[in-house]
Amino acid sequence: MEKKDTRSGFGDGLYEVAQKNNNVVGLCADLTGSLKMNKFQDAHPERFFQVGIAEANMISMAAGLATAGKIPYTGTFANFSTGRVYDQIRQSVAYSDKNVKICASHAGLTLGEDGATHQILEDIGLMKMLPGMTVINPCDYNQTKEATIKIADHQGPVYLRFGRPKWPIFTETGSFEIGKALHMRPGTDVTIFATGHLVWNSLEAAKALAEEGISAEVINIHTIKPLDNKAILDAVANTKCAVTAEEHQMNGGLGDSICQLLARHTPLPVEMVAVNDSFGESGKPEELLEKYGLGVKDVIVAAKHAIARK
Amino acid sequence: MPKSITELENHVAQTRRDIVRMVHGVQSGHPGGSLGCAEFFTVLYQNVLRHNPTDFQMDGKDEDIFILSNGHISPVYYSALAHSGYFPVSELGSFRKLDTRLQGHPTTHEGLPGVRVASGSLGQGLSVAAGVAQAKKLDKDNKLVYVLMGDGELQEGQIWEAIMYAAHKKVDNLIATVDVNGRQIDGDTKDIMGFVELRSKFEAFGWNVISMNGNDLNDVEETLSKAGVLSGNGKPICILMETEMGNGIDFMMGSHKWHGIAPNDEQLESALAQNPSTIGDY
Repeated sequence: MEKKDTRSGFGDGLYEVAQKNNNVVGLCADLTGSLKMNKFQDAHPERFFQVGIAEANMISMAAGLATAGKIPYTGTFANFSTGRVYDQIRQSVAYSDKNVKICASHAGLTLGEDGATHQILEDIGLMKMLPGMTVINPCDYNQTKEATIKIADHQGPVYLRFGRPKWPIFTETGSFEIGKALHMRPGTDVTIFATGHLVWNSLEAAKALAEEGISAEVINIHTIKPLDNKAILDAVANTKCAVTAEEHQMNGGLGDSICQLLARHTPLPVEMVAVNDSFGESGKPEELLEKYGLGVKDVIVAAKHAIARK
Repeated sequence: MPKSITELENHVAQTRRDIVRMVHGVQSGHPGGSLGCAEFFTVLYQNVLRHNPTDFQMDGKDEDIFILSNGHISPVYYSALAHSGYFPVSELGSFRKLDTRLQGHPTTHEGLPGVRVASGSLGQGLSVAAGVAQAKKLDKDNKLVYVLMGDGELQEGQIWEAIMYAAHKKVDNLIATVDVNGRQIDGDTKDIMGFVELRSKFEAFGWNVISMNGNDLNDVEETLSKAGVLSGNGKPICILMETEMGNGIDFMMGSHKWHGIAPNDEQLESALAQNPSTIGDY
């Protein structure tokens, strides 16, 4: 299977959307290469703003550019895109309802060797708490590229989260729609709701479960906010239990959103595959996913537990 | 038609009345810094800005744009916006009350015409203004972007990121005014976290720096006009504006104590007696 990093999906998507839409501008805080923004920068140097290592200035400047009618895409690592600039996003972007696209690479453990200072696992929670913020965590190159293009036509602030490692490409171009869950694999015994890199691990888990005679449905929740409530409730109406899987803290992530929804509408067993109140560390992406309980086998175990609790 | 100095003086007196009445009416808000900037807002909104108050457009294309960074001086801002026609003057009476568009700190959230970004958490306005200024350059729009910051606000690190950016990128359609009143909540700025002086710092970063007495209408008018002339020359422009916090109301001057407290009934009466009604109260 072909593999590519999701950040390349962002870079290619940004280039493509900027070709079509003259209002698209890009800002970067000294990570042009890491964010794959070079192609856009080379094609549209006048629409590219290098701000240096000054993320707070970048986010508030993006709010200013949006005020004047531009569609700014900011690019830096997920940690510096959220925690470092939370107040700027809260006041100048979210509360001021600015059409800023906060594009965040190197999210989660799969950043790898740089370690916990850079492996933010709290960003989805931080962003989804902000009123009016749309939060998207695509799962592969194609989906990231398509999301990057489609958020330009969405009026309002967006947090777009993607990652560093090369990852299998398994979604079809044309399958992404903001706020609409994507059915990846049918199943009747359990529904696995997954986001980001963990969608692939969930599909691998579903395959292994099938060999044991367990039928696991996999649904890709790329848009964590607004959540596709109907797709989620329809799925569990059939399977009667769920697993959530994400490269994020259990607190504040996708699992937490789905548990809130189910608790209010139809309380059912849910098992959560997520980092359990811990920072990450240096290591290879696959090693880290395994050590922190986000590997394929962890999804398999969670599915069996969920089914056993029905 | 630019207003004469006499007309501007009347506006300033009315602005002072608005400020103390608004803050008194809800027994909260920030009168000190607001009063110090009454002349600046009056000249800017009555004679300088090329704008369309009766047809407010968020993008402000082909208009001068003003961004208030130190949002706590919202009373003077709201008074200036109302008296230049952005919204009815009568709305000033709703300041800080439930369901108002005139929130404690300015915001776009309730759709108040004239406000383009929320401010209150300090240090962000210069960056926002730089973003608007960059967009104007991209659009070949030759109008200007004005921003006001407090001197205490310059203690925020983000301000210096923006100062660096604006000079490096030659954002020369940006006119940043610093309200140098020398006061902040906990005391005098020189004691809390003094800068020694600001001119050399802005100049070292590559800005064009001019100064004025912010409580002298003639000086404010001349200096703002000079700043406009200096624009477009490859450097952002900084105006160091010396003001007296609480200016125009004797018992509020000479101290940081009136940064964020409201006058009582007697104090209001005294403040209003010092600034007779001119244009008419809301």
